[in-house]
Amino acid sequence: MSAVLTIVKAGPLMTVQDLGRPGRIGVGLSPGGAMDRQALMAGAALLGLAQPGAAVEMAGLGGQFRCDAPLRFALTGAVMSARIDDSPLRWNATHLLMPGQTLTIGGASAGTYGYLTPAGGITGPAALKSVAAHLSVGLGERLQDGATLTLGDDPQPDRAHRGLPPDDHLTGGTLRLMPGPQTAMFDDDTRARLATTAFTRSPRASRTGAPLLHDGAPFAAKSPSGPVSDFVRAGDVQITGDGTPFVMMAECQTIGGYPRIGTVIEADMARAVQAPVEAAIGFDWLTLDTADALHRTDAQIMATLRARTFPLLRDPAGMSDLLSYQLIGGVTAGDDLEPAP
Amino acid sequence: MTRDETQAMAQILPLGQDGILVRFGDGFRAAPQRAQAFGDRVRRADVSGVTEVATSLASVLVRFRPDAVSRSNLTARLQGLSSENDTRDAAVPTRLWTIPASFGGDSGPQLAETADLAGLSEAAAVEALTSVEVGVLAIGFAPGQPYLGFLPEAWDMPRQRDLTPQVPAGALVVALRQLVLFANPSPTGWRWIGSCAFAPFRADRAEPFALRAGDRIRFARTDASEIAALRDAPDGLGGATCADPA
Repeated sequence: MSAVLTIVKAGPLMTVQDLGRPGRIGVGLSPGGAMDRQALMAGAALLGLAQPGAAVEMAGLGGQFRCDAPLRFALTGAVMSARIDDSPLRWNATHLLMPGQTLTIGGASAGTYGYLTPAGGITGPAALKSVAAHLSVGLGERLQDGATLTLGDDPQPDRAHRGLPPDDHLTGGTLRLMPGPQTAMFDDDTRARLATTAFTRSPRASRTGAPLLHDGAPFAAKSPSGPVSDFVRAGDVQITGDGTPFVMMAECQTIGGYPRIGTVIEADMARAVQAPVEAAIGFDWLTLDTADALHRTDAQIMATLRARTFPLLRDPAGMSDLLSYQLIGGVTAGDDLEPAP
Repeated sequence: MTRDETQAMAQILPLGQDGILVRFGDGFRAAPQRAQAFGDRVRRADVSGVTEVATSLASVLVRFRPDAVSRSNLTARLQGLSSENDTRDAAVPTRLWTIPASFGGDSGPQLAETADLAGLSEAAAVEALTSVEVGVLAIGFAPGQPYLGFLPEAWDMPRQRDLTPQVPAGALVVALRQLVLFANPSPTGWRWIGSCAFAPFRADRAEPFALRAGDRIRFARTDASEIAALRDAPDGLGGATCADPA
């Protein structure tokens, strides 16, 4: 029988996410998927999964979780307070939740989107080969109190717990920008001013994108007439009617008529999506060649993350649930206590 | 430069680290036929490393795997394809949809004012809208949602100044010589003239996205009660039929 993860208490914007549904921009569906793809991949790397699976994405605030079978899971992305019963948990690490225990995840202290990845994945319900909720088009829904998620089988239930160093992209900073199809619709001064202006992330940010606020003159394209509607993708920085830059994100529209000044490179999208409300954001222009040279495939990103993981040493004296580790045969190989060097 | 020369140029532009946008015209005018013909060419060429080809009002998006093909090599290939004289362009078969629609009254409360703007009687407006074949110029704003055109010059009317707070799924709205058939309830600045029972997107349908850019559409006039009955069609196609020459 499949294991079930019960969400006893759900935060205000909690959804199931995976890598989304790429390849359908021509029929009006943006890829969606995890806002912080790097964090989703970090969860998979920590758990030893071959491919990134599905996770519970938690915006700003976590919730309470219980399971009906031993559950190995990873916590990545925005740093949130987390504990199993009364034992605090390390973030960017894997853990084991046993039936009868309660996992409690609180508010974010750095970043916006946290991820709880069950090692066995989340098996459904899927639409168009993905279990990701795409709220802006009505696929899937927010997880509510009492929701249950069916989990797949953990491919390595006895794997030793691992950790990753803290992320450095959770508090805003500089987003590297490459030229896009409409960059030439802005004059040199406007493009230069974008890179010297201090922005903050607006509280109106959502899974579709984030408006950025600044003091000073609004930004505008050279021509007052709008361009013909054209393809838009996550990372594009569009200049809306009031002169505010808006960074498009996972659930953005697929075509749009506002001019776009440039595109944030993929490596910096995690920084863009994780920036908390009012965090400082800046831009730095890259040439096309430099931006292209910085491209990494998902496989390369996964390999880098895997190489950065390290075994977690646990002090048995600090493990209030020690008995459960020893008494439940086959759940762990005991290597939680004596990790390989 | 003459307008013809401007329209002849295809610009090759970056759209993200794994994307190239081939744009026809100056970015301010639509060129859907050229975009669709070029998109078909790229698909036929089956270029190694290309992961997605999508066409819109004036452009073709080509996404690629940078580890399989470089931007410069793909750019050269696309330039070659755009300058070739390919006689197959004209022969690309297009599908023709017939979609039942009801006009005016509760099905299209703004038909009268819209007909007036077009300088037509309501009856003549409906006759015009049901006798013309429109193409799917682009799909977007919502999954599967088509932008259809172009209608005759008389329909070159601007968007209204105020947004209509909400039109229902299936609403047929008009502006700028184009029609949009809404996939979901939506606010709009376009004028609501008719209603269909056609759902352009159903996640659980064998073909979740009914339409493709380049498809042709003709609206068949029916009445509001028939549209209401057609909403129960299990395939969500609302009585639409599709003649596929391929």
